[in-house]
Amino acid sequence: MNGEAFLLSLRLAAMVSLLLLAFALPLAYVLAFFRWPGKFLVESVVALPLVLPPTVLGFYALVAMGPRGPLGKFWQALFGHSLAFTFAGLVIASLVYSLPFAVQPLVASFEAMDRRLLDASAVLGAGRARTFFRVILPLAWPGVLTSLVLSFAHTLGVFGVVLMVGGNLPGITRTVSIDIYDHVQALDYASANRTSLFLMLVCFVILSIVYAVNRRVWSPWPVE
Amino acid sequence: MSWAMLTVRIHKEFAGSGDTPFVLAVTASFAPGFTILFGPSGAGKSALLDCIAGLQRPDTGEIRFGKEAFFDASRRVNVSPQRRGLAYVFQSLALFPHLSVVENIRYGLVKLGVAEQRKRIERVATAFHIANLLDRRPAELSGGEKQRVALARALATGPRILLLDEPLTGLDASLRRSILEDLRLWHVAEPIPILYVTHNREEVDAIGERVLTLANGRVLESGSPRAVLDAPRSLPLAQAAGFENVLPARVVEHRAEDGVMRIALENATRNIEIPLGAAEPGSKVRVAIRAGDILLATEAPHFLSARNLLPGTIESIERRGALVQVRVKAGANFLVHVTPGAARSLELATGQLVWLVIKTHSCHLVY
Repeated sequence: MNGEAFLLSLRLAAMVSLLLLAFALPLAYVLAFFRWPGKFLVESVVALPLVLPPTVLGFYALVAMGPRGPLGKFWQALFGHSLAFTFAGLVIASLVYSLPFAVQPLVASFEAMDRRLLDASAVLGAGRARTFFRVILPLAWPGVLTSLVLSFAHTLGVFGVVLMVGGNLPGITRTVSIDIYDHVQALDYASANRTSLFLMLVCFVILSIVYAVNRRVWSPWPVE
Repeated sequence: MSWAMLTVRIHKEFAGSGDTPFVLAVTASFAPGFTILFGPSGAGKSALLDCIAGLQRPDTGEIRFGKEAFFDASRRVNVSPQRRGLAYVFQSLALFPHLSVVENIRYGLVKLGVAEQRKRIERVATAFHIANLLDRRPAELSGGEKQRVALARALATGPRILLLDEPLTGLDASLRRSILEDLRLWHVAEPIPILYVTHNREEVDAIGERVLTLANGRVLESGSPRAVLDAPRSLPLAQAAGFENVLPARVVEHRAEDGVMRIALENATRNIEIPLGAAEPGSKVRVAIRAGDILLATEAPHFLSARNLLPGTIESIERRGALVQVRVKAGANFLVHVTPGAARSLELATGQLVWLVIKTHSCHLVY
């Protein structure tokens, strides 16, 4: 098994899931607690990566990151090198790719919240920020964990997008799924099987943890 | 500190699930002391409290506390719930499940110094008998304990107005009485306006100085509990106030000199006499009679002051806790409550002929 590719995938998934959480929390808050005209459009955009083929995402990411694309030009001006075929480019493309997996569990857990708790918080004098950090976030923690883990696991398996924007540079953009693909191309089924099995196990364990927590198997406070 | 009056004059349309929107249109004022908000569910009681708390924004009107405007549509004033200085105990209590009792109470006190926080927590913990529960989580509390904690959390903030939305539902009578007693004692020291929503007649009698009745988003009546609830003047109110018999009838004639009028109950063979009301002869009305206000006789009684005697037959007899509910067909169907002892000594049985005896003033005209 290619350890380098696996570590790279882990690094990518960790980075993407953490960045996505920071971005998804305010987005999910606005989606769950406010109504505004055109909200359905934002919801559709957030869900789009669920249904689009990763190659479509990857294609537009590549165009955007290319030397003539807006993102590519911006990046070039900022750092002096191109964005395509770099780890940073991979992170950015994966952010879009895993966005729905980060946002939707958060929206679901926010929407399931007892609104009277938020009312109680307001009447007791707490502003929006304090209500968010003292009431919403602690009570929505299974949703936060689900968001984090699902976007992590989903990014771990990213393939089509990487193929389009990352290429196959060992240690930089050669992720574990690309590695498996290469093994298969080389007819090295044994290696492909070892890596695939390992990836499958990792994802299974991660998902088991998420589902267990959402069933409140290990709850930090007694369930009513 | 001076105790101010809460005055409300609001109008709000709620987009309901049906085709007609629910309209809350309330004009009322609340002096320091307990005011009971009474009415059938869906009457708009919680919506009214939400507007006063600032959780819902009325379309028009104003809400004032003394000289201070909480809400004034014409001057575009709408003070946030955080800054109205009131406390609200919801029907669901809304204790924070992830915080201990003491953390729940402290939640509303963060702007105060540590010493003041400790003082307030100690005071409410003593007053509501929860000092031994401070470290528990809400899930580890009994129903009555939760209700005590919710009241303590609300009152620790030193509110200028207290809104209580059925805070004691689901508790047994003795627990309810003891919590009410604690609340009353607190209120002696802090005489603020308390708006208390309840369906429970016993709570009304225990604490009510004044009752405001609501139905369909409007104030029906206000006054003392006896005046308002013992003589309801509308059908939803009569039902909410626990009148078991609400019977359709037609006014036959006025006897103004006796202060009564005669009415014909639908399907009944005899007319009955009720206190004179505003309904004209010939108009259709309803009469509300409590099941406990009807006497049963197994023979035609004589020499009675009660003016209304109706012969009928017993359709069913049903034991309900400490009373027996007898269904009597006397033209119309009547529910009559008697004690188990009375049922035994009269040897009541299904199919038996009986006489209903109803005092004129036990009959209430409802529209």
